[in-house]
Amino acid sequence: MAGKRVSLTLESTLDSVNSAEESATRFAAGVGFDDDEIARISMAVREATINAVLHGNAYDPAKKVGFHLERTRDSMVITITDQGQGLDPNKIPDPLAPENLLKQSGRGIFLIRAFMDEVQIRLLHPGTELKLIKHVPGAAGDNKEASQ
Amino acid sequence: MSMKANTRQVDGVMIVDLSGRITLGEGSVILRDTVRDLVGKGNKKILLNLGEVNYIDSSGIGELVSAFTTVRNQGGELKLLKLTKKVHDLLQITKLYTVFDVKDDETTAIKSFK
Repeated sequence: MAGKRVSLTLESTLDSVNSAEESATRFAAGVGFDDDEIARISMAVREATINAVLHGNAYDPAKKVGFHLERTRDSMVITITDQGQGLDPNKIPDPLAPENLLKQSGRGIFLIRAFMDEVQIRLLHPGTELKLIKHVPGAAGDNKEASQ
Repeated sequence: MSMKANTRQVDGVMIVDLSGRITLGEGSVILRDTVRDLVGKGNKKILLNLGEVNYIDSSGIGELVSAFTTVRNQGGELKLLKLTKKVHDLLQITKLYTVFDVKDDETTAIKSFK
């Protein structure tokens, strides 16, 4: 499984959201995550792809979504890029704040962070790259830490 | 599995039996249209049965919140019935579990409406 990669260029459509979710689900199962972790990874990928398609590219058919899955030595790494105006990580409202609790939107990034071990947001000028990382239990990195 | 919504009335409460996925796109639209239709017809006691909803994303959560505020703004009440573990966990994470009135039993839920 180590070293396996998937790279796709997706249209800015709702179908792409479902495709990315399904692809991540299959990949996570192949890595060996349990059902609960697979569900968390799949949902994080769904939310990240929604961000790219809806908020980033705004369904613009001229703009594409980059979707990359990789199994590294100790993690599953998902990278999703869009070609939109860019998501400033410092300007993401807290959906748990009382004034935001009953807002209809704004929970996507929060859920991604809740379900993944690491989330990196990078502005691409134009566009945004979201890197989602889930550590594999018992993989090389974990064993190394445990032995220190 | 796409989402389905069936509506029935019990003791003056409109119960919406939802099944499938409430996600961006069709699922969220069906929920939105169903609740707006009920409110438009003057219904003020609405119970969303989520017992067969196996998946919900942030768009679906947003639609539940929107339904809640829509009904409340019309002077009504919207409550949730029978959350699956996944939906329960999501509402806990997003701190919405305490916002919604959540019931496990339909009879108890119906009696709880004013």
